[in-house]
Amino acid sequence: MTDPNTLTHLDLETPEKPFLDANELVINMGPQHPATHGVLRVILRLDGEKVLGLECVIGYLHRGVEKIGEHRTYTMFNPYVDRMDYVAAVSNGLGYCETVEKLLNVEAPPRAQHVRVILTELNRIASHQLWLGTHALDIGAITPLFYTFRDREEILKIYEKYCGARLTTHAFRIGGLQYETYTGFEKEVKNFLDFFRPKIDEYEELLTTNRIWVERTKNVGTISARDCIALGVTGPVLRASGVKWDLRKAQPYANYKNFDFDIPTGQNGDTYDRYLVRMAEMRQSVRIIEQAVDALPEGPIMAKVPKVMKPAGGEVYHSIEAPKGELGYFIVSDGSTQPYRVRVRPPSFVNLQALDVMCRGQLVADVIAVIGTLDIVLGEVDR
Amino acid sequence: MGQIVQYIESYLSSNQTPGAAGNMFWSLVYIMLVFAGLSVAVIAMNWLERKILAHMQVRLGPMRVGPHGLLQPIADAIKLLLKEDIMPAEADGLIFWIAPFVVVLAAFTVFVVVPFGPTHAITDMNIGILFMLGVSSLSVLGIVMAGWASNSHYPLMGALRSSAQMVSYEVAMGLAVVSAVLMTSLNAEGTGTLSMIGIVQAQQAQGEWFIFKFFPLGLIAFFIFAVAMVAETNRAPFDLAEAESELTAGFHTEYSGFRWSLFFLAEYSAMIAVSSIAVTLWLGGWLRPFPNLLNGSPWDQIFSYFPGVTFLLFAAMCFYNTVRMPKHPLFRIQTIGLAGFGVVLGLIGLILFVPAVSMRVQDIFWFSAKVAGFMYLYIWYRGTFPRYRFDQLMQMGWKVLLPMGLGVLILTASVALLQQKIWHP
Repeated sequence: MTDPNTLTHLDLETPEKPFLDANELVINMGPQHPATHGVLRVILRLDGEKVLGLECVIGYLHRGVEKIGEHRTYTMFNPYVDRMDYVAAVSNGLGYCETVEKLLNVEAPPRAQHVRVILTELNRIASHQLWLGTHALDIGAITPLFYTFRDREEILKIYEKYCGARLTTHAFRIGGLQYETYTGFEKEVKNFLDFFRPKIDEYEELLTTNRIWVERTKNVGTISARDCIALGVTGPVLRASGVKWDLRKAQPYANYKNFDFDIPTGQNGDTYDRYLVRMAEMRQSVRIIEQAVDALPEGPIMAKVPKVMKPAGGEVYHSIEAPKGELGYFIVSDGSTQPYRVRVRPPSFVNLQALDVMCRGQLVADVIAVIGTLDIVLGEVDR
Repeated sequence: MGQIVQYIESYLSSNQTPGAAGNMFWSLVYIMLVFAGLSVAVIAMNWLERKILAHMQVRLGPMRVGPHGLLQPIADAIKLLLKEDIMPAEADGLIFWIAPFVVVLAAFTVFVVVPFGPTHAITDMNIGILFMLGVSSLSVLGIVMAGWASNSHYPLMGALRSSAQMVSYEVAMGLAVVSAVLMTSLNAEGTGTLSMIGIVQAQQAQGEWFIFKFFPLGLIAFFIFAVAMVAETNRAPFDLAEAESELTAGFHTEYSGFRWSLFFLAEYSAMIAVSSIAVTLWLGGWLRPFPNLLNGSPWDQIFSYFPGVTFLLFAAMCFYNTVRMPKHPLFRIQTIGLAGFGVVLGLIGLILFVPAVSMRVQDIFWFSAKVAGFMYLYIWYRGTFPRYRFDQLMQMGWKVLLPMGLGVLILTASVALLQQKIWHP
């Protein structure tokens, strides 16, 4: 593969060919399709099996989360954000809570920050596990799905014990945490880490050197670093193209600056590199959790926040590194108890833009692989 | 009455297949037996695939309908038969209606020449292997018809993929078969045979299964065939024609109910058919293992116990699981059912110990056991491999398997010639 920076097929200048052409086969993939991860509808223009172009139709799962935010108080809106990226609900909550904390000018106490890091990184592992299972399923390997779900269960059990919910956890509160960790929390998290480390090898054993897997993913859905940046693509997709950009290091939030971890990057920006990057990220998350559990400080878990939150008028943007990329919240306050405007920058929505660029000239089977590798959650795309 | 006895006697004393002997009645009985046996095998395969795949994937599989889900395939069959038969309004009615029957016909007709034993075949054709390859390739016609007549995009693409796949793999498959047929001519007269029974008898006469012949040439030819046969039957990792995550269900997307179940039936019987070819050509067909190492009548005696022992083992498994069943009253019927199933299997096992029975049945047993090994491989592939992409599959067919097949054929021919002219003139 050549240097990704010289490689580009992002050409927004050339006018599109007429959409319906006698030589083209137009196929509607979705919204009911086994491999579109929910209700994504892709209109494919095909020349035989070759993709000439595609168009995404979204909005089938639109619930108006941003509008709901304008009619709820800051505290009441907190559980709603869990429903956007429902496989990484904890990360969504962390982003929202930190944004409002920034608006209120409070900071969560160190213990709360540590627990937040532990739970968020566990969530990153859970999200990547779900991605791996479904991505492999799309490419035709049905077995990894069951292995990842079996192990993800252990993470969900920890959540369930901590806050009672497994999926849409609502784990954090503005200003810290509502619940103190349960007895044996540290031990259970550590047990999970010991249990999980060999499991990553187990997943990799099935796939990393599998000839068919490598052939199906190498040089598929290649995107250059320049195109990634032009399209605003973030997260593992950007890092697999060779850009060392991780908000946990670039603009440290929570207390990530206290932990020692690497940013795994790829070179080719293809599906295989994105797979390797995510696998490496799971290992890094294990490292972070281990450090956080070891250094878990004693102390309060809640900062002093007013019962009725009335932030001073103004606006704030804060973003975190969610498992899928940069998750940003832009909140405008007019000084009342409800936000004037909540705008979410969801990673899935922005990353989905790259689908067309990545799929042009590839085959139908690759579209499935690319949708899987982008790791989109339609709840977050449509909000 | 006397005539019937005469018929039975004529069969028992015959050393020919009923078809070759021109015995219409016994041919008919055999056709019935093969058809029934295949249907039972497909049903059993359905259950086994779910169970084995489930255990590979750390789950239980069907557990509710009958003990350990044993009745699940029957429940499924009833469901499929009762389902509405939907035909898309835009479909080409006649072709849409015929397509599944073409596929089923092609899949079942090949069993006419499959030799379950030296006399246990419907007929013995002198062009047996050619007939099998030819007829089994006809199924692609049915698939293309189904894809085209559905008048829908996904089935059309599935059908196109399927036909391209067949073209890519038939050639390599044929070359591998030819190299095995070539080996049958290594006798004093130097005459080979295409008859399925003749091929197995050649292996018996040479005292060597063709997979071990001219090591590793026979093994490579077998390997080529083993890859090509998975591609031929559209199974994972070559299940592009019905790739669920890409083409929803490929060529049978628009089919439902009974017609869909015909495709299902055809797929599984095609799997059994190509496995039978592989077993016949390379693994010694109905011959028992180790004929050259462990020969002599005591070994023959020991190997003749195998069918009975196998069934007794199945029965023992049933009884073991009966004991492990939950003791709740709700499970009483299931427990009794499982124990009954075990008793039936055990009785079959005991009957198989009767020398008169076991002599006649052990050919069929060894053949089925070898085919079952292939069936397990199919399931194992499905649990392990991701799916190949269309172009990669074609590449493998034309650029890897075809040259390999040619090379093996030339080498086999050369070695055979050298052996006959120089080493053992």
